[in-house]
Amino acid sequence: MSTYRIQGATGEWEVVIGLEVHAQVTSNAKLFSGASTAFGAEPNTQVSLIDAAMPGMLPVPNRECIRQAVRTGMAIEAEINRWSRFDRKNYFYADLPQGYQISQLYHPLVGEGSLTIEADEKAGIPQDKVVGIERIHVEQDAGKLMHDQHPTMSYVDLNRCGVALMEIVSRPDMRSPAEAGAYLRKLRTILRYVGSCDGNMEEGSMRADVNVSVRRPGEEFGTRTETKNVNSVRFVMQAIEHEANRQVDLIENGGTVVQETRLFDPNSGTTRSMRSKEDAHDYRYFPDPDLLPLELDDAFLEECRASLPELPDAKRRRYVEELGLSDYNAAVLTAEVETFARFETLLAETAKRLGKSEKDVATQVANWSLSVAPGVMNALGDEANPAHATAGAQAAILQMQAAGEISGGQAKEIFEIVLKTGRAPAEIAETEGLKQQSDTGAIQAEIDKVLAANADKVEEYRGGKDKLFGFFVGQTMKAMQGKANPAVVNELLKAKLG
Amino acid sequence: MTELTELGVKAIRDGVAAGDFTALEVAEAHNAAVAAAGELNAFIVTTPDHALAAAEKVDSDRAAGKALGAMAGVPIGMKDLFATQGVQTTAASHILERFTPEYESTVSQNLWNAGAGMLGKLNLDQFAMGSSNETSYFGNVVSPWRHKDGGNADLAPGGSSGGSSAVVAARIAPAATGTDTGGSIRQPAAFTGICGIKPTYGRCSRWGVVAFASSLDQAGPMARSVEDCAIMLEAMAGFDPKDSTSLDLPVPEWEANLSADLRGKKVGIPREYRMEGTDPEILESWERGKEWLRDAGAEVVDISLPHTKYALPAYYIIAPAEASSNLARYDGVRYGLRELPDGAGLQDMYAATRAEGFGDEVKRRILIGTYVLSAGFYDAYYNQAQRVRTLIARDFEKAWAQCDVILAPTTPTAAFALGDKTDDPLAMYLNDVFAVPASLAGLPAMSVPAMLNGDGLPLGLQLIGKAFDEQGVLNAGLAIQQRAGFDAKPEKWW
Repeated sequence: MSTYRIQGATGEWEVVIGLEVHAQVTSNAKLFSGASTAFGAEPNTQVSLIDAAMPGMLPVPNRECIRQAVRTGMAIEAEINRWSRFDRKNYFYADLPQGYQISQLYHPLVGEGSLTIEADEKAGIPQDKVVGIERIHVEQDAGKLMHDQHPTMSYVDLNRCGVALMEIVSRPDMRSPAEAGAYLRKLRTILRYVGSCDGNMEEGSMRADVNVSVRRPGEEFGTRTETKNVNSVRFVMQAIEHEANRQVDLIENGGTVVQETRLFDPNSGTTRSMRSKEDAHDYRYFPDPDLLPLELDDAFLEECRASLPELPDAKRRRYVEELGLSDYNAAVLTAEVETFARFETLLAETAKRLGKSEKDVATQVANWSLSVAPGVMNALGDEANPAHATAGAQAAILQMQAAGEISGGQAKEIFEIVLKTGRAPAEIAETEGLKQQSDTGAIQAEIDKVLAANADKVEEYRGGKDKLFGFFVGQTMKAMQGKANPAVVNELLKAKLG
Repeated sequence: MTELTELGVKAIRDGVAAGDFTALEVAEAHNAAVAAAGELNAFIVTTPDHALAAAEKVDSDRAAGKALGAMAGVPIGMKDLFATQGVQTTAASHILERFTPEYESTVSQNLWNAGAGMLGKLNLDQFAMGSSNETSYFGNVVSPWRHKDGGNADLAPGGSSGGSSAVVAARIAPAATGTDTGGSIRQPAAFTGICGIKPTYGRCSRWGVVAFASSLDQAGPMARSVEDCAIMLEAMAGFDPKDSTSLDLPVPEWEANLSADLRGKKVGIPREYRMEGTDPEILESWERGKEWLRDAGAEVVDISLPHTKYALPAYYIIAPAEASSNLARYDGVRYGLRELPDGAGLQDMYAATRAEGFGDEVKRRILIGTYVLSAGFYDAYYNQAQRVRTLIARDFEKAWAQCDVILAPTTPTAAFALGDKTDDPLAMYLNDVFAVPASLAGLPAMSVPAMLNGDGLPLGLQLIGKAFDEQGVLNAGLAIQQRAGFDAKPEKWW
């Protein structure tokens, strides 16, 4: 249970949040036309006759967009509707050439599902929480109006027009800005794992309509407002916080919340009214007569399922249970596709080189990946060329370290040179003298000298002062200029001191 | 030599192939007939060069010994609802006046691929909305037919494919394309004494055809014989991946399989089509039709299509609903007419453009469609109409247990005079009463001429078939054609 509350003048208020996320489907072509979907092209260069709604043009569903939405539904363990249908949402606007958006109101492609947000004490999420997802439907995006190109006229760019969106509608299950933020991040992670949306909020690939209401804890839902098109996790959290406080102030001052559409202003972090329910459009939804109902067969669904990757929750569990990683390391490594992909490549490479199981080297590789390697990279800043940080080079370093040939410190130094120059780790170790001494003869000779020079301490040690063992190790390492293999030093010292 | 404009599709195709005359001679003869027929107002634009170029290609292909297409050397009229590349395509509206597409509709392209050429773009009811060709922005089409008493009242050629019916009946074109949403091929065919078939929904691609009501719109041929319709439909039809509702089936060889032998076939006579107020001469033509089909070997059986009376109201909800949405794209933003009063904002521009660009009947249907889809009315009207549509389709399904093809009148009356019904939209809508059920059910249906009435005007008989069974419809039509011996044609006055 979230403990997030708004402290009003008359007591505590609970916030109720639902999110409608519009996620652009990763696909080369638009939902119903063959036009390209690449971001950032010159205005009106990616517009087919269909997108421009020329007379007599007809939509044909793009199988890949449907496939991606189905895979997304499967990833949130949702019901996939084998029979769904497209509806027209009718309204006039200059960025909507058809005069209607093809969407799915009555029979969406994906039904009830859910995702789990993880406990985060600091954020006020005491335990894992399941957030219900009501539906996912696919629909067309609109074009874009440009008001800054001409003093008196507005221009229209239809490049985005007809691009496939998934609208992912949550249940009103969230109770704090932090939960909403966690939900969005988790959803984004899942979409990126599945590869159905790049989750790039800056480019508008993911936007959220935020539904907020407030109530006394445990009472009925209040009237909600919908804040449209918020385009970052931080802004969503800000919008909720502002909107919830606005509603509480309003109610406590004797007003009532009206159901309305609001806009978020990122500069002030506030929301303002866009249109009230009375001005709401009558969209006159009806089944699109240009399109047959979408019927999915077993083979298609099977292909969708088979193509799903290991999903975030399962991967995280596997990292802990099978690889023996800490909860924290598993969480960080699985949060982003790029992170786990790099980790798993390095893990496989390292295990192969060492002839060990992945489980045996996982902790070493995880520590390297999460703290050692980033530390070196950050310290180098612009001097580092990330392209040099290949799995092969890093595994070579980890291999030398595991074999005792180099120390942890030397590993960092070698990696630093790798990042700057791209030279091979083994060659660096050799040429730059960055190797540990494991030659028992040389170490033995230094140990003999240290023990001879500290005969009194040897007596004390043998008399029971065990703590002095560290002192002998330190002296020996110092004599070896830090290049002796500590394990060998320990072993030889123990034998000598008896 | 027979006058070339008297020849039908088959005769022209075979004559060109045999070398009896050249395709160029045929095109020139028809271009001349087009040029002389201005009074009918059947064309919005004429395209003599298109017809000549297609003919020259056919003649040179023939000279080179190449295989000729199924419509080789046949010049046709193209209803101005089909997008034709580089040729103005208006849907007979002001809002699309001077709109010249950069693309060719699938159906017209199929016809050009088969060797046909285009005489011009034919007038029609605006956006195919009308039953008399009186809603065109470019003026009424006048039927070539006249009352035999010499009365010179201009008659309606039917609609919406009124330009098509007029030119085919008047021997200006051997054939023309039509489109049928609720009778727009069959009713004008009946009014002008020609044949016209609306195939099963999905046979002909809708890609590039200006949409009226997407779930009903179907293209089809209009010509002077059943054989000619079979030939031309075969050329027009075919699966088109650009139209999601297109039937993914091979096109049958309708022409090769034509047969007027109906032995073993059952012809259903729907009792609900015997409506009060139906012209006695229409009923007489129906009786003759039964006799002709019996004579061809068929058994005639009474059937019931109990929901027939709900078809027209349902149609006039569904078609306007779809139209209100389909016509939203004509907004003055990207192409066609734009009316931009001084100081106008976007909404003002929409309002001014659409007020100026659409005719009264189009506006009426947009308003009806908008109303029936509105919140609070949707269930009572649109959903209810869809349920009726399902029941009508089921009526036909049940009927097929008893018969193979249905015989009915095409229209409740013969052609009326222009202006007769323009003040009474409901009377006008009633013209489609026999045509609409087959449209709602998506079934193939054809009108063939049966006889002249006492005024000397043609009456048509309608044949409705099972889904995908155009052959059954064409065969029954052929049996009627052979027995009706209909060879009347309008006397030239234009």
